Parts: sequence; structure tokens; C-alpha cells
Amino acid sequence: MAVCIAVIAKENYPLYIRSVPVQNELKFHYTVHTSLDVVEEKISAVGKAMADQRELYLGLLYPTEDYKVYGYVTNSKVKFVIVADSSNTSLRDNEIRSMFRKLHNSFTDVMCNPFYNPGDTIQSKAFDSMVSAMMVQAS
Amino acid sequence: MESLTLTDVEQKYYSDLFVYCDTDNTKKVASNGKVLDLFRAAQLPSEVVLQITELCGATRLGHFGRSQFYIALKLIAVAQSGLPLRVESLNSVKDLPLPRFVVAKNEQEARHTAMYPDLENQGPYQGVIPRPPGRGQVKKVHTFYLMFTPLQPDTTSPVVSPHQSPPTSPHAWRKHKRQASGGNVERPPVVVAGAVWTPFREAQSGPVVVGDGMWSAHSPPPVQESWVSLKDTYPPSSSKMPPMHLSPFQENSSIRTVASVTTANEIQRQSSSGYDDPWKITDEQRQYYINQFKTIQPDLNGFIPGSAAKEFFTKSKLPILELSHIWELSDFDKDGALTLDEFCAAFHLVVARKNGYDLPEKLPESLMPKLIDLDDSAEVPDQAPDVGYSGSPVEVTPNKSPMPSLNQTWPDLNQGNEQWETFSERSSSSQTLTQFDSNIAPADPDTAIVHPVPIRMTPSKIHMQEMELKRTGSDHTHPTSPLMAKPPELSEETKLATSMKFVTANSGKCQGMFHYHKELRTIAVCRSNSGTSPEGLKVAAAPPPPPPRPNASHSRSSSLDMNRNFAAHPTGPQQSGVVACPPAIPPRPLPTQTSGPHSGHRSDEGLAAHSTTSPQQIPEQPNFADFSQFQAFAASDQPSDDGEKHPESLPVEKSTEGAGPLRTVKIDNQEDRAAATVNSAKGSIMAPPPKPVRRRLKSEDELQDEALPPKSNVIATVLATLPSIPRSVGKDKKAIQASIRRNKETNTVLARLNSELQQQLKDLLEERISLEVQLEQLRPFSHL
Repeated sequence: MAVCIAVIAKENYPLYIRSVPVQNELKFHYTVHTSLDVVEEKISAVGKAMADQRELYLGLLYPTEDYKVYGYVTNSKVKFVIVADSSNTSLRDNEIRSMFRKLHNSFTDVMCNPFYNPGDTIQSKAFDSMVSAMMVQAS
Repeated sequence: MESLTLTDVEQKYYSDLFVYCDTDNTKKVASNGKVLDLFRAAQLPSEVVLQITELCGATRLGHFGRSQFYIALKLIAVAQSGLPLRVESLNSVKDLPLPRFVVAKNEQEARHTAMYPDLENQGPYQGVIPRPPGRGQVKKVHTFYLMFTPLQPDTTSPVVSPHQSPPTSPHAWRKHKRQASGGNVERPPVVVAGAVWTPFREAQSGPVVVGDGMWSAHSPPPVQESWVSLKDTYPPSSSKMPPMHLSPFQENSSIRTVASVTTANEIQRQSSSGYDDPWKITDEQRQYYINQFKTIQPDLNGFIPGSAAKEFFTKSKLPILELSHIWELSDFDKDGALTLDEFCAAFHLVVARKNGYDLPEKLPESLMPKLIDLDDSAEVPDQAPDVGYSGSPVEVTPNKSPMPSLNQTWPDLNQGNEQWETFSERSSSSQTLTQFDSNIAPADPDTAIVHPVPIRMTPSKIHMQEMELKRTGSDHTHPTSPLMAKPPELSEETKLATSMKFVTANSGKCQGMFHYHKELRTIAVCRSNSGTSPEGLKVAAAPPPPPPRPNASHSRSSSLDMNRNFAAHPTGPQQSGVVACPPAIPPRPLPTQTSGPHSGHRSDEGLAAHSTTSPQQIPEQPNFADFSQFQAFAASDQPSDDGEKHPESLPVEKSTEGAGPLRTVKIDNQEDRAAATVNSAKGSIMAPPPKPVRRRLKSEDELQDEALPPKSNVIATVLATLPSIPRSVGKDKKAIQASIRRNKETNTVLARLNSELQQQLKDLLEERISLEVQLEQLRPFSHL
């Protein structure tokens, strides 16, 4: 359902970006980059309340005419961004949440791999396949 | 680009591809994603692809209709043949080779693999398909391999390694071709193609699917044969890629293959069983892996942490990326650690990789960690479980693909594995609560009772009852531990009641004695409040009921022998009392004790009293409960009896480990003589309790002493009866049990005794303090 899925590291550099329509990849990169500001804003909005009170799922970050951007932050400040096409039947919130959950789980599996050095780009095939599964449907 | 004439071959090929891309089955619109992937697979520069897209009108329409798709394909062929892209070229170029798609393999492979999952595993890649030339190439080849695998194992065509450039690729191509051709020729190609291609959906996009493993697995001989034939028909057009000649479509072999494809699953399975599973671990391999595992983790049931595994596998000099992939495959439960099975799988994958085999997309079934139900579920769908699933990594990957059962079973297995894994983990957590032995610490209740419990003595009644009950009851039953264990309630009544109950229940005289002991003890302890105690004692003594034996500490009332002895000779209430008292005294202490206390102490008197009773009691229980002895003992010294009683007192002594203090107390009653004897006796018998305390006790508490003597008598009797134990015990087991019980009783008695002594000590200390205070008060005057 998603058009673009991105995993941003804590230091705000991308660990993984994948878009379905290859042509617009750069556009999505830019979109994700701008969404980071919104994410940061939402994170800091919680203020004193620590991560416990802050929900991981950030929800719709901002909509544009073509697509909607959803955000999700882990407790280690790793951000997941999903860009979904607006033209598609609007995805329910639950669906987005489940997508983020799957992303998070797959990301955890990648992290568990001792051969993965945190900070490297994610090159796990399992992760790729999972992301593809999420994206292919929509396009 | 409107009019497009296609040759038959092209037509068929294109339709196959279209069907493949037409995941929505609208027969009109091809999904952009698939199409793009397909185009990418054509290995054309992206600009060319874009150009093609534009040319065919897809950009206009926004999607690929069938015609646009065909046009695009044609243009791809044009581009691949090096001709400039022109609309005119569509129709002008004749004899255009069919467009070749490389990347599409993923899908093709997937399809193939899906169709022929078995093949993958099987392909005993035995040299027929030469090793992938190189990594890079391998990548491309991967897809080919994937395609290979599904190829029908059933085709008997010898596996002819595609004698073309990348050895594997031809296979892949072949397969693909075959698939396509098969589809065209025979079975509804669409069906076949669609079926095959659907699984590939997932695999798409750029990176070549790691179907490497697959190809290795697949060396489907039959496929190759067909490939070869196909190949012959269609000379490779380019060397860089094995030409995906569609001409093979027309090959009959393709038909065959198609036919086989349809039945692929089953056939594959069956045939696959004939093939060796390249992923299977041989025994020596496994042993080697296990040895390696041991070097890292000696416990075979333990885990290898991720860091250790990382170091270990890094030594294999494989690139980190591949090691990472191997880890992903082998760490089944995703816990960051490797079990033995996982380690073996990882090691095997490393070995395979080093030998040139490509890594599978999914963990081959034969490498899956053995879980509880894994085998069952794995075997169910497949006759060749080993081969079936492992061979089709791609197929496995696209879980969603509506592939034949193989596909489905795999995801099920996956999930099942997870479940099994968790299940097995859970099951291990079952714990059995340690059952508290209710028989444990029979002494406790006694000790509990011992503690100050105002006793309302109506022991007589109870005694009487108990005695009667005992008499009636079977005597020989040992004072069962229940009796011992039964925590006598502190309340007298309850205690007595319980004792009564016990008596009834066990019908063991000893039990009654036990209770009596308790009572005695309580009496002894509560010297202060035993206002009734003396009465009780007296009362108890009056109707010859055994006043609660002083040797409540004995509490070995349940001594087998004693019971027997007592039972044998019920002599009335006294007997019951005796019965109650015979705490099983371990024979051991007998000699020691006897020697000790016998040292001419008054205690001996008591002992003697006991001892005198004991021999009597051996034959008769009632003797034991011979409180007359108590009285005699208490009343007067019987030094004369000492000598006699010595031997007899031996058993008594023994039993008196608990009784010792009692006796000592008793002795104290007698004061002078008692003191020394007490001390000596006590010292000999027990850890020297504070002797002065004893004296004090005696001075302070006659009642207690009175209580004690009976106890000691009881103890003595018990001791006396001990020797009879061996006689009475017919069987060794019984003896052992009896001895155990006696020991327990002794322990109980001693514990009680200890508590009593502690209590006495406290009392004495209090008295001392009070006296000192008084002294202090008086001192000033004295000074004056």
C-alpha cells in the first residue's frame, strides 16, 4: 500500500529507503526528509513525558495532494516513515499501524543479526522482502 | 506503434509475459510494478526502458494494456538486439529475437521453483551445472537457477549443462522458456505462467533473487535435457545472457515440461525424493559441526551468542553481507543466538557458499532447526520433505503466492515453527511444585505445642479414652508419622482431641502415647500455669492413666516396638499411657545413655524406674505406662534399683534423650540427689544444659518435675522396649521404617526437649534478673 518506505537512523540519516515507482524516487527522498522535521516536532512535543508515555506510532505526519506521510518512532529514536498514496482507498489507521509493527519487527530482526553493524544501511533480504510485500500491493 | 505484428512465438511469449504481469487478471492492464520489473529484467538502460514505455503508449494511458505491453516487449527485443528504438522498427524488423529478460527471473524462478520446489533441493548439482562462475555473475544466474529448479524433475532428459556461457543461466532460461512454451503449447499457458509467475511477484526488483541455492539444488537433469534441446533450436543470440529463446516454446520438450509442470508439484516431490538434497547435512558433516559447536559452547543444549558466532563465521572469509544473510536464515527464532541446530544450519550454509552454492532465499527445510512438529507437518504435504520445501526458496518467499501446496506448507511451517518453538520453550517451563512432605518435621508440632500453652488438664479423660482406644485399636501399627506429624494443636483440648483422633485413626497406642507426651510436655513447659497440671497429673495418675509422660520430647510414641509391646499387653490406662509414651528410642543412645546416667545418679532412679518398666513393658505395654514407677521414682530414691535398672535404663536412657532433661527436672525435684544426677545425666545424655538452671527449675517447679518423671518414665519404657525391637520386627523393612520413625521421634523428642530447656532457661534468666534487681534495691541498705 505504501509508495515509499524509509528507515531513518537516530542521527537522521537514512538506513533504508525504498520506493515503488522508481522514477519518483528522488521526490520521495525529499518527502521523507521533510517529514523528519515533523517527526522531531512530534517527539519533542511530548516534553517531559518520557518515551513511556509517548506512543511509538506518530500517525499522519502531513498530507499532500498526492500522498500521506505516516511516522513511527522507536524508543531508540529510529524512525520509520511510510508514504502512502492518497489516491488509494484511504488506508485505515490500523493498517498503517500493522505495517509499522511489521517494520519494527523486521528491523529488530535485522538488529539481532550480529553481522549487522548499527548504522549500516540495511541490506537484509528478509527485510527487503517484507518491505516489498508491503509496497507491492498498492502500486 | 499501433499495428504490431507478432510471430506466433512472439505472440505466445508476449501473452505469457502479459499474463505474468497481469496480476490483476484484468487481461488488459498490466501492473506497473511487474511490468517495470520485467523491463528492468531486460537489462536495458533505464532510459531505454523509459523510452520504450513512452513509445508503447503506456505513459499515455498510465498503464499497460495488452497492446502496449506487446509493443513494449517488442521494443525491448529491438533494443536488446541493438537496434534503435523506433516505432517503425516494430514492424520492420523481422526475425527479431525475443526479448530477453534477465531480472525477471526472480519471478520466473519463483514460478519455477514454485512449481517444482522439489527440484531445487534436488538438483544434485553435480557438475552438470558448473559452478557459478563468479559472484557477480552468479547473481544473474540466480534467477536462472531458480528457474531451473522447478523444472520438472520428471523429464528424464539428462541434465545437460547448458553449454553456454553462464552455465546456469541457460538453465534458468530454459526453464523459463519451457514454462512459457509449455504454457503456450499445452496447458493453458496462462495458467502455467500465471501460476508460476505469481510467486515471483515478490521477488522482483533489482537485486537478483538469491535463488542461488536454488540452482544448486536444482540441477534437474530432465530440465537440462530439454534445455539443451531448446537451446539447439534457438541459438543464443547473445553471449552475455543466455538467450531466453522463446523458440523453445515450440519444442516438444517444452510441452513435456509443461505437462510435467502441471503435475509438477507431485511429480517433483516424487522425483525429488530421488534426488539428493543438497542442503541435507550428512552425518559426518553434522558431527563436524557439532564438534565445532562444542569448541565455542561446550553445552550442546546451550546457545552460542551472536558475537561468538560472528567471530567464528567471520573466519570463513565470506563477505559480511553474505554472512549476514546466512545468519538471517539460520537464526530461526531470531533471538540473536544459535542453538545447535541453528549453528549446524549456518555452518552448512557457509560451507555451501564457500563451495559456490548460492544462498537460498529461505532456509531449506533440511536445515531447519528440528522442532517438535516440524517433521510431521513437513512430511505431510510432501513425500520428500527434505527436498520439497528447501528447494524452493523463492517459492517460499512469496508466501502470498497462491502456489501449490508447497508454498503454502512452507509458510505454515514457518509459523508452525515459531509456534513450536515457543511451545517447546513453554513446555520446558512446566514445573512441579515441590510437594511439601506433610510428614516432615513431626517435631515441629510438638515443639509448637511445647511452647507455653496453658493446659487445661483433663488428660485423664483423654488418657483414658486414648488408652481405651489404643487397646481397641491395632497395636502393632507403628505410631505412624501422621501421628507424629500431626501438629498437635496448642490448645489442650484440641490436642487431646487430636490425640484422640489419632488414637482412633491409627489405633496405635503409641499415638495415644504421643499425645500424652505432648500433653506432658505442655504440662511440663507450662509449669507456671499448670495449675491444673499437677492435678491433671495426679488425675492422670489416679486412674492409672499415664500422666503425660515427661518425655514429651521423646514423642517417639510411635515407636513400632513400643506399640507392639504395649499392644501386646494392654494393662489398662497405664498401658495406654505407656503406649503413648514409647518414643522410639534409637538403640544407639541406649548404651551411651545408659552408661552415662547410670553413673549412680538419681537420674538413674528415674531411669531405673523406666528401665524397670521397660522390661516389663516389653511384654506389656501397660508397664511402660507404669506411673507407679514414676511415683516411686519421684517419691523416693531407689538407688538400689540403679544397679538393676542400669541395664534397663539403658534403653530408657536412650529414649531419654529428650527425657533426659525431663528426668533431670524430675531429679531436680528430688533436689539434692537430682541435681547431681541430673547434671551428670544430662551431661551424659545431652548437651549440657545449664545445670544450675535445672536446679532452679526443680526448685521452682515441682509440678513440672512431676510431669517430667512420667515423661521420663515413658522414655525409659520406650528405651526399654527398644531392645525388643529387633525381636518384634520381623522384616527388615519394617525395622528400617521403625528405626526411621524412631529416629524421627527421637528428633522430635530432642527438639521438644530443646525448646523446653530454652523455655526454662528464659524463665530462669528472668528470675535472675528479678533477683538481681531486688539485690540492687537492697544493696544500698546493706551498704549502709
